[in-house]
Amino acid sequence: MTLTTLDIGYVPLVDAAPLIIAREMGFATEEGLNLVLHREASWATIRDRLVWGQYQAAHMLAPMAVALSAGMGGITVAVDALSVLSVNGNMIGVRAGHAARLNLTPAQFLDAATVGRALKRGISGKLRVGVPFPFSMHSLLFHYLLGDASPESGGVLDVVTVPPPYMADAIAAGDIDAFCVGEPWGSVAVERGDADLILPGAAIWKFAPEKVLACWRDWLEANPDTASALLRAVWRAARWIADPANTGVTAEILGSAEHLNVPAEVIERPLTGQITINASGSIRNVPRCLEFFDGAATFPWKSQALWIADALSRQTGMDRQMLRDAAAGCFRSDLHRAALTGIGADLPGASAKLEGALSHPAEAGSTMGRLILGPDSFFDGQIFEPVLSRTVLQTPKT
Amino acid sequence: MTDKLRIAVVEKDRDRALMIIDGLRDAGDYEVTVIGDETGLARRISQIAPDVVLVGLENPNRDVLDALTLASNPTDRPVAMFVDRSDDQVMRSAIDAGVSAYVVDGLTRERIRPVLLAAIARFHMVSRLRAELQATKAALEERKTVDRAKGMLMKVRGISEEEAYATLRRTAMDQGKRLVDVADALITAAALLK
Repeated sequence: MTLTTLDIGYVPLVDAAPLIIAREMGFATEEGLNLVLHREASWATIRDRLVWGQYQAAHMLAPMAVALSAGMGGITVAVDALSVLSVNGNMIGVRAGHAARLNLTPAQFLDAATVGRALKRGISGKLRVGVPFPFSMHSLLFHYLLGDASPESGGVLDVVTVPPPYMADAIAAGDIDAFCVGEPWGSVAVERGDADLILPGAAIWKFAPEKVLACWRDWLEANPDTASALLRAVWRAARWIADPANTGVTAEILGSAEHLNVPAEVIERPLTGQITINASGSIRNVPRCLEFFDGAATFPWKSQALWIADALSRQTGMDRQMLRDAAAGCFRSDLHRAALTGIGADLPGASAKLEGALSHPAEAGSTMGRLILGPDSFFDGQIFEPVLSRTVLQTPKT
Repeated sequence: MTDKLRIAVVEKDRDRALMIIDGLRDAGDYEVTVIGDETGLARRISQIAPDVVLVGLENPNRDVLDALTLASNPTDRPVAMFVDRSDDQVMRSAIDAGVSAYVVDGLTRERIRPVLLAAIARFHMVSRLRAELQATKAALEERKTVDRAKGMLMKVRGISEEEAYATLRRTAMDQGKRLVDVADALITAAALLK
């Protein structure tokens, strides 16, 4: 069988696992695909190579896919999210020793409301926060945590872009007061003795779509079968990763010099949810620290896209309806469902849901009737109504 | 704007930066500054206030430059990523060469084009040289490994250098492996047996 070669870009993060495992464990080959994975140091380069046709698909920040489709940042590219590659997985940290200075104890690691208040109280002037990219869940979740509408409104946040490998340096040098970064970079900063972790992203929103499998729409329309094959390979890889028996192998493969080049032991932390949060070795268990499969994690809900659109609108002041239209078109629940029907995937019957309504796991209507969703609540108890929320969302209570 | 274009090149490797500067000097009369810092890029850019920023596609700081294009501070100079849809060929060559450009909004195409073309040529040269250097380094490492394995065989089995080399080569051929891999395996095994 001749394999179809696909060039795919990814940024070396633990949440690129479904792509890496799809290649390394043969799920792509089973679908007749030869995935050539290209490690990139920036999201900007992933975007450019996707736009100029060098890559057919890419690992991408969920809000970046929406932003590109909406023409934010000067470039408009219709980018489609075929799958959510990962849910949650970010870590918020401060300079080593500063958690105590903010009066935060390891026991409060999952208490977003307390951490948010401590951050606001503990910093005089603006809180300088390092995130990997302006259009990222990191940035949106941090704004949500602090109830800060937009930088122009004289908010308390000064969000700056810092490439993840430099995050530990930036916090050690005092260039930023806090960071929100994807694993393994939070754990690496702790390992280097530069940072204390004070909150996992999963404590702000229990089910936040983090990265997506993105394709350029023009390519997608010309190659629907190849795109479906890719989607299935990545879905099977996610199912494999979710089996705890495979955690060790996943960590070894991701940690190899070819991919993340980080010790497997550090990569296991977000995979198992056992996070070492400071130099004295306090370990906290984070539920759904980084989720690849359970609770229909791969499903690109239109409601998630709309939440992102609204949050981007609050953060940048861009037209909300325009963002919503682009977002709804970008998250392809239709293609996801079509590609996975008949291969044992239990798919949601709906394409949108209330976001934040489930504080506990609950059964949901699905093709096989065994689907359990959630929890997906927000730390402040807000519920996001995707259809009716035409009125401006209130900023979260803090 | 009629004065000299100010160009900032973000590149931490000094030799590569010098090569790029040379290329730009040949292309026109520009004021070129190199930013070698890994951190604090945004601050340096606002100090230098360049008209054009050139950066390699493999540089993590590209996301920092990207964020500058969204800067909302009214005192910031508007920066845009240089994407010229009317000149696909140049954009494609830039991506192939691994270089991207950020420009002050409003700068005309005519002023940017020669800068970009010169940068493309230089980035190609730089990546070619780097590939050659890596290949040379790898070849040297491999020769060292083979020499060590040869030495071990000569000592343990009391054979000549030619015989030791022939043994390694034969084993490699029989097992369908590269010579260096066989040599490497021998060295590892010997260390374990010690």
